[in-house]
Amino acid sequence: MKFGLLVSEGPYTHQASDSAYQFCMAAIAKGHEIQRVFFYHDGVNNATRLTEPPQDDRHIVNRWSSLKAEHNVDLVVCVAAALRRGIKDEVLAPGFRISGLGQLVDSGIKADRLVTFGD
Amino acid sequence: MKKFMFVNRKAPYGTIYALESLEVVLITATLDQDVSLVFMDDGVYELVKGQQTKDIGIKNFSPSYRALEGYDVEKLYVDQASLAQRGLSEADLLVPVEVLDTAQMADLMAQQDVVLSF
Repeated sequence: MKFGLLVSEGPYTHQASDSAYQFCMAAIAKGHEIQRVFFYHDGVNNATRLTEPPQDDRHIVNRWSSLKAEHNVDLVVCVAAALRRGIKDEVLAPGFRISGLGQLVDSGIKADRLVTFGD
Repeated sequence: MKKFMFVNRKAPYGTIYALESLEVVLITATLDQDVSLVFMDDGVYELVKGQQTKDIGIKNFSPSYRALEGYDVEKLYVDQASLAQRGLSEADLLVPVEVLDTAQMADLMAQQDVVLSF
C-alpha cells in the first residue's frame, strides 16, 4: 500500500513525530511505500538542523534525514507554516525540502491512505 | 478528483489550527478537488458572527469563511449537538450551513476519500 503522512506537531513536545517515524519504519519493513511525509503546523520544527537534543536522547531530526538517505522518503515542509516559524532553507536539515500545501493535497490524491499524526 | 473533508474541531483563536486549516482548504479547492468542511466541538465557534479580536492582537480571519463560495467551496456542515451544547443556533453563524446529526455526519464521513482533522 502507498501511504502519505501528515505530521502536525513539533518534535519532543509531542509524540506525533515519533509515532510517524515508527509508522514509516514499520510500513517499509512490511514492504509498503511511504509516498511522502508532509510537515505542517509546528511539525515544521522537525526540519531544523539547529536541533541538538541531549546525547542520551533520540535525535528526531537526524532520524528523518536518515529515512530520506536510506529509503528515499520525500520529506516536505510547508513553506507558509515554515516561514511563520523561522524555518528556512538555510536551517533545513539534510533530506528535507520546502514546498507548498499543494504537496499535501497531492499526497491525498496519490496515496492509498493519508495518515495524520497530531492531535 | 477525490473527496476531501476537513473537520474543524478547535476554537478559532488560542491555537493556529483553524487558520492553517483554512489555508489547506483553499489550496485543495484550487486544485479542483471535491471539498467539504465540517465544524464540530469548539470548531463551531469558527463560524460565529461578530468576532472581535482587536483586544487579543490577532487578525480576525472569520470573513474568509464568507469568501469560500468564490472558491466553489459550498459544502459546509455543522454538528447539531456541538451547536446545542454551546447555546448556539444556525442564526448565530456567518455563512449558510447544513446542520447534521451524528448519524448523518457519520454517513457523510464514510463517503470521503481523505479526512483531515484540524
